Amino acid sequence: MKIAITSVGNSLSSNIDERFGRCAFFVIYDTDTKSVEFIPNHAKDAEGGAGTAAVQLIASQQVAKVVSGQFGVKVKPLLDSLKIQMISIKGSHSVQEIINMVEER
Amino acid sequence: MQIAIISGKGGTGKSSITAAFASIEKNVVLADCDVDASNLYLLFTPTHEKEQAYIGAETAIIDNNLCISCMKCLENCRFDAISYINQKIIISDVACDGCGLCARICPTQAIMTQQHDKSRLYSGSFRYGKMVYGVLAPGEENSGKLVNEVRSKANIIATENDLAITLIDGPPGIGCPVISAIANVDGVVLVTEPTLSGFHDLKRIKEIADNFRLPAWVIINKFTINEKISSEIEAWCKKEKVNFAGKIPFDLVMVEAMTQLKTIIEYQPNGTITKKLKEIYNYIKLNINKQTN
Amino acid sequence: MLFKTHGDKQLKIAIASGKGGTGKTFVATNLYSVLQQNQVSSILIDCDAEEPNDHFFFKSISKTDKEVQVNIPVISAESCIFCDKCYEYCHYNAIFYLPSLQQIHVMEDLCHSCGACSVACEHNAITEKKKTIGTVTTYLLSGNYKLIESRVNIGVYSPVPVITSAIKEAEQQGIIILDAPPGTSCPFIHTVNNADYVVLVAEPTPFGLSDLQKTIAVLHILEKPFGIVINKSDIGTLAMSDFIQKENYDLLLSIPFDRSVASFYSEGKIMAEREEKWKEIFENLIDKIIETACK
Repeated sequence: MKIAITSVGNSLSSNIDERFGRCAFFVIYDTDTKSVEFIPNHAKDAEGGAGTAAVQLIASQQVAKVVSGQFGVKVKPLLDSLKIQMISIKGSHSVQEIINMVEER
Repeated sequence: MQIAIISGKGGTGKSSITAAFASIEKNVVLADCDVDASNLYLLFTPTHEKEQAYIGAETAIIDNNLCISCMKCLENCRFDAISYINQKIIISDVACDGCGLCARICPTQAIMTQQHDKSRLYSGSFRYGKMVYGVLAPGEENSGKLVNEVRSKANIIATENDLAITLIDGPPGIGCPVISAIANVDGVVLVTEPTLSGFHDLKRIKEIADNFRLPAWVIINKFTINEKISSEIEAWCKKEKVNFAGKIPFDLVMVEAMTQLKTIIEYQPNGTITKKLKEIYNYIKLNINKQTN
Repeated sequence: MLFKTHGDKQLKIAIASGKGGTGKTFVATNLYSVLQQNQVSSILIDCDAEEPNDHFFFKSISKTDKEVQVNIPVISAESCIFCDKCYEYCHYNAIFYLPSLQQIHVMEDLCHSCGACSVACEHNAITEKKKTIGTVTTYLLSGNYKLIESRVNIGVYSPVPVITSAIKEAEQQGIIILDAPPGTSCPFIHTVNNADYVVLVAEPTPFGLSDLQKTIAVLHILEKPFGIVINKSDIGTLAMSDFIQKENYDLLLSIPFDRSVASFYSEGKIMAEREEKWKEIFENLIDKIIETACK
């Protein structure tokens, strides 16, 4: 299963980015192969519709879950319709911490 | 904890109340999201530790030397931004929405889109912590994106400096900038005044807060201007189950304080309005804490 | 009185302020009342589409609503060959596009109705439908006077199409008063850009002065002539009148603060209907505006 995590930087020690649509990077973590991929979010500076673009990006990576701080009102129904589970995290956690949490479940 | 202060109608005293809250709390991140008319920096004169350019909307520009007057752009523009005057295609910077269609369909590539980069995002320190504010260049569209940038900068600063409370001074109206200012906050403070207009606008912004399922508290400012409407607002809050945080009497000291570039808390540390505002602020904070825990 | 003879020529006057709550609506409604009282051909348009409030101040006999609609594309997933072209043309990220899952649809709240996707599509997969984004209401007042109100729906990206429809609704001659939206961005610009002359209402506080300066900067870009009304002129500081004098701007009127006016106004009432003194103040203001606007 693949999981998307929004991140402020491109390393495992980077903190998660609390904004879904306007995050700096998407981390795609594969729980089967344990592989980690960092994808820069080109839509983060879009005037509008950054959330829509972000959903497209992670959906095309076939993720089942996405971890971020906040999901906007336009994004929630889209992710629901694609059956991608949203996980909201508050406070500062590193990408590695999130991966550990996912693995412990 | 993030608290957004909004009002729907302008001139209700929203910014003065936000400033008062900052001087009650004393150690905050203050995010001025009224980017169309950001004013709190005048009161708090923060240091400019960082200045960032903000890239706003785009508009189309034409090179008339390349233009062959085929009218394709004019026929397809839905914003009435393109006209043909004295045998010359003219694109109105004001009407252009920046969709870029004209540039794409121009057969001679005479049209380009150009980014606007005159708006600024500032951050620095002030007497009660850290401050972030955006200044939209004259005539720039307020899409809510700059509000987003101010808030994300405020989030970073809050984490870096371990500041627990962020106060957001929101823009007037009910449009996108307001929605950007209140999205995902822990509580919204709705500042109204006892006028028919103030009451009407309160109902509109309450609807927005409800759409986002945000807990909201109402403050009636200048309630002595019209005590009848003020009690109607209170009754409405009760009926609609809206949290009522308190009311503040009309007093010219609020204006006097501002002209001296002081918050009311600084200007009259023991005044009745100061006491009332402290009561209101602590009440709201306590209740937000109750909800989040 | 100049304005009595001006009624047959069209003059659009926008009443504006950078900051909300400075008394813009107070000035607009009182001016309109004075014009009515003098039987001058005129109309009031409330362009503050996010928070229209002028209707509180006038008793209407009847009202008619007109929906303001924009075109929104509809994409047929059956006809679509997932060629990327509309998705690429859309500047607003309003097309949700997932070719791997054969998903394509329009995010209506993000769409600016520019029509680029319709131009882009070569496979007749895109049609357009109407979407209501607001209402223009015409209130009929006594004496055949009218108030036209723009009101945008919540969640719409821009009130500008609703404002422009409201302004287009007033085709008659005479004096047209536009109560402008606050701020200095698009809704404000599209309103004042339709005006021949702009009246700026400002409060003489540090915040008020800063907002006035920002608004003037925009009016300079738009090359619009303007004059200033200082409201609550005796509270605050002298910095504003010094600024106006130094820059040689037209100061049209100074209105001192009066608490009883504030209370009266809060109930949606008009001073120019109550007291002769206020009627004269606004008659003189109209004269001054016409004199300055036509010079």
